Amino acid sequence: MKNETVKSKWRPDFWFFTKLIVIVVMCLFIIYPFYTIITKSIFSNKVEGVTLYNFKRFFTKPYYYKALLRSLFVCLMTVLTTTLIGVPVAYLMTRYNIPGKNILHIFIIMSLMSPPFIGAYSWIILLGRNGIFAKLLNTIGLTAPTIYGRGGIIFVFTLHLFPYIYLYTSGAMNSIDSSLEEAGENLGMNKLRRIWTITLPVILPSILAGCVMVFMTCLADFGTPMLLGEGYVVLPVLVYNEYMSESAVNPYMASALSVIIVLCSLLVLVFQKLVIDKRNYQMSSLRPPQEIQLHGWKRFLASLPIYLIVFIAFLPQIVVVCQSFVERSFSGVVKGINLNNYRSIMSRLGGNIRNTYVFSLIAIVFIIIVGILVSYILVRKKGKVANFIDLLIMFPYVIPGSVLGIGLIVAFNRKPIVLVGTAAIMIISYVIRKLPYTVRSGTAFLYQLDPSVEEASINLGVSPMKTFFTVTARMMLPGVMSGAVLSWITCINELSSSIMLYSGKTSTIAVAIYQEVVRMSDGTAGALATILTVTTIISLVIVFRLTKGKVKIV
Amino acid sequence: MSNEVIIKNAVKKYGDFTALNGVSLDIHEGEFFTLLGPSGCGKTTLLRMIAGFNSIEGGEFYFGDKLINDVPAHKRDIGMVFQNYAIFPHLDVKDNVAYGLKARNVPKNQIAPKVKEALELVQIAHLADRKPNELSGGQQQRVALARAFVIEPSVLLMDEPLSNLDAKLRVQMRTVIKKLQRRLGITTIYVTHDQEEALAISDRIAVMKDGHIMQIGTPSEIYAKPQNPFVAGFIGVSNFLDCEVDKDGMTVIKNELKIKVPLRKPYAGAAKLSARPEQLFFSKEGMPGTVQLSTFLGDFIEYEVKLDDGQELIINEYTKDTSEIHTDGEKVFISFDPDRVSLYEAETEEVISQ
Repeated sequence: MKNETVKSKWRPDFWFFTKLIVIVVMCLFIIYPFYTIITKSIFSNKVEGVTLYNFKRFFTKPYYYKALLRSLFVCLMTVLTTTLIGVPVAYLMTRYNIPGKNILHIFIIMSLMSPPFIGAYSWIILLGRNGIFAKLLNTIGLTAPTIYGRGGIIFVFTLHLFPYIYLYTSGAMNSIDSSLEEAGENLGMNKLRRIWTITLPVILPSILAGCVMVFMTCLADFGTPMLLGEGYVVLPVLVYNEYMSESAVNPYMASALSVIIVLCSLLVLVFQKLVIDKRNYQMSSLRPPQEIQLHGWKRFLASLPIYLIVFIAFLPQIVVVCQSFVERSFSGVVKGINLNNYRSIMSRLGGNIRNTYVFSLIAIVFIIIVGILVSYILVRKKGKVANFIDLLIMFPYVIPGSVLGIGLIVAFNRKPIVLVGTAAIMIISYVIRKLPYTVRSGTAFLYQLDPSVEEASINLGVSPMKTFFTVTARMMLPGVMSGAVLSWITCINELSSSIMLYSGKTSTIAVAIYQEVVRMSDGTAGALATILTVTTIISLVIVFRLTKGKVKIV
Repeated sequence: MSNEVIIKNAVKKYGDFTALNGVSLDIHEGEFFTLLGPSGCGKTTLLRMIAGFNSIEGGEFYFGDKLINDVPAHKRDIGMVFQNYAIFPHLDVKDNVAYGLKARNVPKNQIAPKVKEALELVQIAHLADRKPNELSGGQQQRVALARAFVIEPSVLLMDEPLSNLDAKLRVQMRTVIKKLQRRLGITTIYVTHDQEEALAISDRIAVMKDGHIMQIGTPSEIYAKPQNPFVAGFIGVSNFLDCEVDKDGMTVIKNELKIKVPLRKPYAGAAKLSARPEQLFFSKEGMPGTVQLSTFLGDFIEYEVKLDDGQELIINEYTKDTSEIHTDGEKVFISFDPDRVSLYEAETEEVISQ
């Protein structure tokens, strides 16, 4: 007997080329720009050759290292405040008969999905120097708390981001089998000790995962601290200033700052992988916890804080819509209530509006195609290559938009590939940054699908590739689409990388809003923001329809 | 306090649906008592009312002479093993077992030895430091058991504790549970839908259906003398035959077979007869039929016989009692042992045989 194993000859198949293309494209638009940033960060126009000059300067000059401390302070405080709000809201919403809880749930999701800087802008209208509330309080002799600076940033972040904690916590609360708490009760623990010794420890990993999302979003967000910070400069604002300020453009220092931000988010991500993921308790909820029926004033007391919080969180959306119909003179005097703001933006900023939708649409087509293919590779073609792709896809999580923007600029502003100033670079940044939403939703959906359906198709004589396109891809579509709508919403609302990458011809609504706010043109900013808000709400309604109300934002 | 459980007229309603309709039970001290029935019969509802997780709409629940209707669940001093075990995922094995002791403020230096003893009783002392996700289903089951009895409860409740295990482990764990219960002497109320499990493990069984108790008795009583056709059909296999009791007290089946079944009270009219496969036998005269399929199963032979009127019967014949095996297609006559079969009134389904 011959002791030879017959090796089948390896031939590159469809999936080989798909993986190859995905990896090459991702490396080109994520790894290469980030590599360029790193190389830039170790050079300087002040010192010859490779140097740590920028980093040394960062840690010695208060102007720089204070920004890091401020960023960390704002992030940690926001994590604290969002947790203090999000966890109790989640507990009350999941365990008690809060009236209209489904609608409240949708409102909470909507305040999360709204563009972050619109919150900042609205609160300026309400509590800013010429703010409506501020003036009201002034007439009765009170001084409104200032919305500018540290407190204002944390306030706006809190209202915008507590939904993360709420969504993670209520997800966990709903997946605890009620027998767990019953076992505690049966063993003789009273209610408070039960919450403390069972419920909280079991949902803690989910709360922490929500905290990580809040921290990363705060750390990366550019619009809110830019509009509210004034003298209180945090890292992303500093990056922008270093790179964009007309006085002294310093791409080397901006690159070094970018590296520092990415290191911060990497640390948080490592913390998540090492500490949180290990403790995640997989639970099979046979009997989800029952809703406790409150009556009379108890029900009122439990509902009131939730209604208040949701109202305050949603207030910015209402304010911008109202503002959009108010025409003001340059000095801020109300001239009338009409559609002039819309007429004005249509004539002046029609290009921005068109750009926003065209860029986002093109990006979303790519996101859907790549999302389906990548989700399939991650779930069904597991292995080293798939793990690598997973890592690449999730990398944009740790790269703030402004940093990716700088990376794309420094990488593609010279030959061989010049993309700066084109629509392509905007679309590329959207695809790279928003793809994770779709991939995550797609993989989650695909895990639910039994592979035997595909096997049946192959068994009946349809080639694997044809099976993928005719059977699998079609079955995955609902999952991918609901993620794609979320990608779409974040695309149209994108500011932090757009503001780095736009040129006169490729400016978007978000950029225009930012510029109008800076110019104190509240009415036109309101009209632009209303367009985004309405588009966001319509898109969310579509997701709710697609997922039958079971939308997975987190 | 004596550890018997007395339930008088328990009623449970979910909206318009009545889950329990006046159930009364008297569970003796130290007894292994099983609530058995198909899903939706109210057995878990009743167990959760005893545990204090379901509100009581009507009736009285006593532990000994103490009324517990209004005692909150965490003060009832009942051990409970949940269907999915409900092991706390964030605590290791010994902390899971210690949880109830801590709730009772047992001094710290006494907790460790009690936990160790409990783990030894269920033979998992070596797993004390493991986390729940590192345990197999059977091991989790043992943790759940240890955690329930370590608090020395007056009553132990078990809600389908074996339903998540594979068949082999199920048989093994049911012996573990039975021996443990004997050894500790804890009054135990056990819920299952598996009649074989119930017969194997219980001192007494209450068979339930649609919120009613159909019969209470020892496993052998319930098997041998089912009080109604439901119990006859639910426990083991039964053949049902329509028949007539004539005015002489003779049971007549389709004018083909006339046998005197001993009755507990005078009755004449339509009736229903239930017979276990081993209570039917081949004879020279009786109901005519044809063997459809004979299956040799070692210690007995199972026959499917189709009577001439179309009804199908299952008949078991012990290999040691017979020398010939009937072949498929063979014409046979079927009769039965009148002292062993059960007879019910056709309309009320009430038992009339002795």
